[in-house]
Amino acid sequence: METYIGKPVKRREDNRFLKGAGKYTDDIKLHGMTHSAFVRSPYAHAKILSVDTSAAQNAEGVVAIYTGSDDCGTFGVPCGWQVDFKDGETMREPMHPLLAKDKINHLGEAVAIVIAETLEQARDAAELVNVKYEALPAVTCPKKAMEPGAPKVHDQWEDNAAFDWCIGNDRAEVEAALTSAHHVTEMTYKNHRVAPNAIEPRSYIADYDVNADKWTLYTSTQNPHLVRLLLCAFALGIPEHKVRVVSYDVGGGFGSKIYHYTEEALLTWASKEIGRPIKWTSDRTEAFLTDAHGRDHIVHSKMGFDKDGKIVAHLTDEYCAMGAYLSTFAPAVPTYLHGTLFQGVYTTPLIHLNVVAPFTHTVAVDAYRGAGRPEATYLLERMISKAAKEMEIDPAELRYKNFIPPFNGTSEPGYQTQVALQYDSGNYHGVLKRGLEMLGYEDFRKEQAEARKNGKLLGVGLSTYIEGCGIAPSAVVGSLGARAGLYEVGHVRVQPTGKVSVFTGAHSHGQGHETVFAQFVADKLGIPMDDVDIVHGDTDQVAFGMGTYGSRSLAVGGSAIIKSVEKVLEKGAKIAAHKLEAAEEDLEYAEGKWTVKGTDKSISFGDVSLTAYVPHDYPEGVEPGLDFSSFYDPTNFTYPFGTHIAVVEVDSDTGKVTLKRFVACDDVGNVMNPMIVDGQIHGGVVQGVGQALLEEVVYDGEGQMVTGSYMDYAMPRADDFPMIETDRTTTPCPHNPLGVKGAGEAGAIGSTPAVVNAVVDALAHLGVTDIQMPVTPMRVWKAMQN
Amino acid sequence: MQISIKVNGKEYSHDIEPRISLAQYLRETLNLTGTHIGCDTSGCGSCTVHVDGASAKACTLLAVQVDGCEIKTIEGMAHGSGMHPIQEAFKENHGLQCGFCTPGMVMTAADILKNNPNPTEEEIRHGLEGNFCRCTGYHNIVKSIQHAAEKINA
Repeated sequence: METYIGKPVKRREDNRFLKGAGKYTDDIKLHGMTHSAFVRSPYAHAKILSVDTSAAQNAEGVVAIYTGSDDCGTFGVPCGWQVDFKDGETMREPMHPLLAKDKINHLGEAVAIVIAETLEQARDAAELVNVKYEALPAVTCPKKAMEPGAPKVHDQWEDNAAFDWCIGNDRAEVEAALTSAHHVTEMTYKNHRVAPNAIEPRSYIADYDVNADKWTLYTSTQNPHLVRLLLCAFALGIPEHKVRVVSYDVGGGFGSKIYHYTEEALLTWASKEIGRPIKWTSDRTEAFLTDAHGRDHIVHSKMGFDKDGKIVAHLTDEYCAMGAYLSTFAPAVPTYLHGTLFQGVYTTPLIHLNVVAPFTHTVAVDAYRGAGRPEATYLLERMISKAAKEMEIDPAELRYKNFIPPFNGTSEPGYQTQVALQYDSGNYHGVLKRGLEMLGYEDFRKEQAEARKNGKLLGVGLSTYIEGCGIAPSAVVGSLGARAGLYEVGHVRVQPTGKVSVFTGAHSHGQGHETVFAQFVADKLGIPMDDVDIVHGDTDQVAFGMGTYGSRSLAVGGSAIIKSVEKVLEKGAKIAAHKLEAAEEDLEYAEGKWTVKGTDKSISFGDVSLTAYVPHDYPEGVEPGLDFSSFYDPTNFTYPFGTHIAVVEVDSDTGKVTLKRFVACDDVGNVMNPMIVDGQIHGGVVQGVGQALLEEVVYDGEGQMVTGSYMDYAMPRADDFPMIETDRTTTPCPHNPLGVKGAGEAGAIGSTPAVVNAVVDALAHLGVTDIQMPVTPMRVWKAMQN
Repeated sequence: MQISIKVNGKEYSHDIEPRISLAQYLRETLNLTGTHIGCDTSGCGSCTVHVDGASAKACTLLAVQVDGCEIKTIEGMAHGSGMHPIQEAFKENHGLQCGFCTPGMVMTAADILKNNPNPTEEEIRHGLEGNFCRCTGYHNIVKSIQHAAEKINA
C-alpha cells in the first residue's frame, strides 16, 4: 500500500491553477451583479465639510450612492484583541466606520461608495462626487505621534496612545544588570513599514437573496468563519445563520487577508439596500492605501554581556504604529506575538520590553508574514552580531555560548522563558551547526579575507530564530487579550462507498492543503489519496473555523482532522468487530482493513463504511453513519526554529548589494510534504530579504504615500536572487499528534537580519556598525563614505 | 468600436468601449478569467498573454489596439485535460503556490523559451523581471522553466 506522509506528493490544486481555471473572487459573475467604486480621501487628516453626490446620482448607469451619512452598519468594524494600558486604563478603541462621516484619519479612507451597472460607470460617477475637505496636519511616525502637541488622530483622548504594555522582568532589575555589565551593545533603528502585496488584490461580492432573506459574501479572505462572525455579530448586527461566507481560491494573503475589512461589511449591507449583488475589486493603488501594512516599529535596545560573552540582560523600548484604527489582530502584533519571543534562542536571564502603541494618520498596521516575530528576531539577531563584532568574538561562537541547550519536550521538560512562554522542544545548536556546514563557514572567512585584499567587499550574516506558531491555545490567548478562542475544526465524513470528504476550518491560499491534508488522512486510514477530498472556504459546508495564519493550519487544523479520523476508526472498529464476530480488542487496523489478530479474517474500510450507512446487520446500541467533527484546542504553541545565513557582495563604487548565497536550515518538526515545506521557506526568505534590501512603504510629512504603485514600491524580482540552499533538522513537536510545528513564516522571520548582518559584515573594516533597512545602494554608499 | 480578434484559435467580433483593456475584454466579454489583473500598470505581469506570438501585458493594452491580432491566453496553452510541457514542469517542480501569478508566469516562460530554447539560470531570471510572484520566491519557477526547456528540447 502506497503511503504519502513525508513524500513530495505533487499538488492536486495545481491542475486548475495551471490551466487558468482557478476560481478567484473577481472571476465570479452573478446574475444582475452591479459593480462599485469608492470615493477615497486624498488627505491623511481632514475635516469633511460636505459631500455632494447630486451630479454622480444622475450619471449613466448609477444604481445607488452611499455616504457616511447613511445608516450603514452603525457599529463599525471591530478589533479582535484587547491590550489594556499598564496602569489599567482600557485599550482606546475608536469606532472604525464603514464610511467616514465627519473626519478623515488616513489617506484613502472611504467617503462614499458608488454602485453602478458597470465598473466603468461606477468609476466615472465616483469622479463626480464632490467632497469638500479642510486639510489638517498629520502624523505618520509612531514616535512623533507621542510627542507633546502632535496632531491627534482621535480627538476624544488626550494623546495618541492606543495602549502601552510591558513584559518580562522588573525594569529596575534589568537596568541595574546593564549598569554592571562587562559590555553593553546598543542600537536605535526603525523596523520599517512594508506592504504585504498579495498579487491578487482584495475582492468581494455581496449577494442578498430577498426571498430566502439570506446573504452570500464571496470574499478573498484567509479567514471565512471569523469574517462571518465579525460581520454579523459586530459590524452589521445581522443573524449569523443567514450569512454564508465563501472564499474559494485566494491569490496569496501573507496576513493582509486575515482581517475583516470595512468594504466587506459595506457591500453586504448595501446589497440588501439595492436587492442586487455588488462586486468590488481593489486596484493596486487602493491595495497600497487600504490593505493593512506590516512592521513599523521604532526601537531602542540595550543588551549587556559578561566578560565571557554571556548575555546578562536585555532592555528594549519600542514605539509601534497601530495606524488610524485598530485592525483585527493589530494590538496583538507588537505585544503577544512579539514581546513573548524576546527570549529568542538564548538563556538571557533578565529581559524587559516596553511598548507604546500610538495611533497614526496611516492605514492600519497588522500581522504580516511572521507578525511581531520577524521584528523580535531582527532585533535579537542584529544585536548579537553587533555585540560579537564589538567584543571581537566570532558571531557563531557568541551564539553557541548563549544558546538554550537542546531539549525534546518529552523526556526533558520544555524551556520556560522570562517572557511568559514555555518552548515545546528545540535544538538550536543543531541548526546553526548544520547551517555553517552548508555554507562552508571556515572556507568562506578565508575567501572573504582574500577578497578584501583585492578590494572586493564580501560579507556573511547569521541569524538563528525561533517563532511561536500554531496559534491557539485558547486559554492562553484568552488570558493575553484575544476576544476569540483559537482552536480549529476538522470534520471527516466517510461516504457509504468508503470515499472520504474532509472539511477543514483552515483556509488554503497557496499552502497546498488540498494535497497535504489528503496525504495524512489517506495514510491514517490506509486508503488511496484519490479517495480523500478536502473542502475549505465555505461557511455553509464547514462547521466552523479560525482560518489560516500564524503557521497554524497543519499544527491546529491538521490535529483537529486527526481527532476525527481517530473517532472514525474507533466507531469503525465496533462495526468491524460485530461483522467479524470478534472482540474489538482482538482487532488491529492496518492498510485499510480490520483484521482479527493472528488470523486471516478481515473486513475492509469500504465494507465497514457501507455497513455504517446500510445497517441491516449492526452492533446493538451504535448509531448508523460514519461522520465526525472535532474541535482541537492545543495545549501550547509550537516553536519552529532555524538558522539562516546570507552571503552578500557590496559594490564599492555604487553601494549596490548583491545576494550571492542564501543558506536556510530550518526545523519545522515533522514534515508531511518536503516539496511544499521547501516552497514555503523559499517564499518566506524572499519576502524577508525584500524587506532587508528593497521594500518600504514611505509616507511623507503630510501623510501622502510616496510608494503607492509598483513603479515606486520595490518588490523583489527573480533576478534579485540566487537559488536558495535549504536543509532541515527534525525536532518533533511533542504536543500534537502529527509532531508538526509549522513552516509558513519561518523564511520571513530568519532571513531579514541575516542579510543586514551580512552587509554590515562586508563593510565592518570601514567602521560601519549599522545600516537602516531597506539597505539601498544610497544608504550603503553613504555609510561607506562616513 | 468594432473589433475582430482571434483568441486561442477562435474568431471574435465585438462592439466595445475604446477604453476597455485587453485584460478586461478577455475576462469580462470572453469569460477567459485565467488572465489575471494584479496591478493595472504593467508592473506585476499576472495578465501576460501572447499577441501575435510575442508576450504582452494585457492590462495596459487597449482591446482596440489588438484589433486584427491573434491572441493566446493561458486557456489556449493546452487542449482538454492535457497540459503543455511548461505547465507540466510547473506542477512537477512546485513552481506555483496560490496560482494567481501562474498564468502570467507560464505565458512569460513560453516566450522566454521561444526566443531562447536553452536559457541559463541568469537569462531565465532576467526574462522573469516583469512578473511578480509573492509566494514561491521564484526558486521553483526558475527550476520549472529549466525543466520545461529540457522537456521541450528532448
